[in-house]
Amino acid sequence: MAISYTSISQTKLSTGEVYGETLCELAKDNPRIVALTADLGKSTKMGNFAEQYPDRFYQFGIAEQNMYGTAAGMAKSGLIPFTSSFSIFASCRALDQVHTDICYQKANVKLIASHAGTSFGQAGTTHHSTEDIAIMRSLANLVVIVPADGMETANVVRAAVEYDGPVYIRINRGFDQVVYGTYDYGYQIGKAVEIYEGTDATIIACGSCVFQALQAARELEADGMRVRVLNMHTIKPIDREAILKAVHDTRRIITVEDHTVIGGLGGAVAEVIAESGMSCAFKRLGLQDTFSPIGFHEDLMSIHGIDTNGIVTAVSDLLKMDFDDDEDWEDEV
Amino acid sequence: MSLTKEERLALEAKVNEHRHTIIRTTMWAGSGHVGGALSMIDAATLLYYHYMNVDPKRPDWEDRDRFVLSKGHAGIGHVAILADLGFIPYESLKTFNLTGSSLGIHLDSNKVPGVDFSTGSLGHGLSLALGAALAAQQLNKAYRTFCMLGDGECQEGSIWEAAMAISKFNPPGLVTMVDWNKAQIDGLTEDVMPLEPFADKWRAFGFHTVEVDGHDFSAMAEAIDAALERTDIPTCIILDTVKGQGVNVCAGDYRWHYGAFDEEMAKQAYIDLDAYYEQRVALVK
Repeated sequence: MAISYTSISQTKLSTGEVYGETLCELAKDNPRIVALTADLGKSTKMGNFAEQYPDRFYQFGIAEQNMYGTAAGMAKSGLIPFTSSFSIFASCRALDQVHTDICYQKANVKLIASHAGTSFGQAGTTHHSTEDIAIMRSLANLVVIVPADGMETANVVRAAVEYDGPVYIRINRGFDQVVYGTYDYGYQIGKAVEIYEGTDATIIACGSCVFQALQAARELEADGMRVRVLNMHTIKPIDREAILKAVHDTRRIITVEDHTVIGGLGGAVAEVIAESGMSCAFKRLGLQDTFSPIGFHEDLMSIHGIDTNGIVTAVSDLLKMDFDDDEDWEDEV
Repeated sequence: MSLTKEERLALEAKVNEHRHTIIRTTMWAGSGHVGGALSMIDAATLLYYHYMNVDPKRPDWEDRDRFVLSKGHAGIGHVAILADLGFIPYESLKTFNLTGSSLGIHLDSNKVPGVDFSTGSLGHGLSLALGAALAAQQLNKAYRTFCMLGDGECQEGSIWEAAMAISKFNPPGLVTMVDWNKAQIDGLTEDVMPLEPFADKWRAFGFHTVEVDGHDFSAMAEAIDAALERTDIPTCIILDTVKGQGVNVCAGDYRWHYGAFDEEMAKQAYIDLDAYYEQRVALVK
């Protein structure tokens, strides 16, 4: 299927707008695609879809439980509903419907969960979403994806349509820093992308932290450290192979996410490593079991140590750990 | 079109079989949601045997009429119908609730042929039904969607979210029904959390609302016919029912929301049910 979203410029469009445009493109050839929102159509950039396909756009008002339940009913009857809301409401307010109506029934619903992490930082904890990856990752049948930027979001939306089953797509408010100049890098659900080569340590990141990790790797290289960066866009199913290869090749792993360190990307990576029988130095960056203060996204990322500086410091500390002096250290159990 | 005398007699005979099956299955399972199954079984029987276009050989047929048992705990009544129609083997009812069975208290749509939606977490079914009805409209299909709510579950806010949306979208072929048996696990609905004025609530949400005897096939058929014909606003049919209807030990006693039957009790229940059946038949003129 030819998709013409090379025309979509993420320097001019926010990530949400890229999603909206991509959905419009896909809807041309797929009459089963419908879009639903709960009074966040403007905020989640559904406007163009609503204009182009008014009879396929459903406005549910401020009633998320009903929206996700109705989406499940639609999906079980042959439609492909894309629901748009803030990730805090998808994962907390409507969790029972997401769990029971969508995941349990394996309903082919795509959940676009925007304003993720601290990206709507000024709004405060009621609108921060720093637990959703942990919550969503625990739901059977659900694919959980955190795209790194607008271009990747376009790829994820296309892949989600092709995939038959529920998909949670966590995107940020506003513009993301550009990681990818093109959509053509072989995106696949469940396949991490190595965006920077290195063998001294590996930074595994998702979402807005991918760009920060990339910047950090460049800075570290200037200081003589070669650090690998993995864009772990799919949290579930997680790319075990890429993680274990990173452990084998670099023996030092740092995870970075705009999310609590409990149960999210860091938790998922830790589980893979712990069950592998391999040992490594390991550090999870993210919110340290706390709610975030209010502020601009970039400031909050700095406060939580998930921006470039925070990552550089954490990697440098981890690189100082000298395993050879530790008599108990064994490379592989 | 109102039901003929023959149709009414046939429905009374059929639902008597289902009431027996509910008690028998409860005995096999050790326990079950007897009360709410016996209150809604007349309406469900009317839908499946008089209205719904379904095909047991093609349970996933895209054009089938949908039934959403939002009060999912009454699944023990739903399976009596599905077994009789041939969606599942009657023998499988002996495994109800047992480890490894495809049949549990709350039926799984991915495991039980003929079950359109997995329900059980209360307050979900009306949204699912709305989704099914909107999909019919979007895909130009003529199937109808019947949703059976419990009255107790109308304490869930999500029911009223769905009611608001049904009133807004008003998709064709969607009929909302409430099994108004006036009881829930912890007591009488009016004691636990009052719903009254119940019919007025539905009216305020934009529904044409009718109250009918939920054990009277003719009255229910009249209301369903009217609901399917009416297109200007959605309809809610409030079924005035008795929880545990037909079995003397259960009838009207909220404590029989869930309970156990041994063989001795089941024997008495069958006697009660046959006497109840005779009473119903005597009313058919």
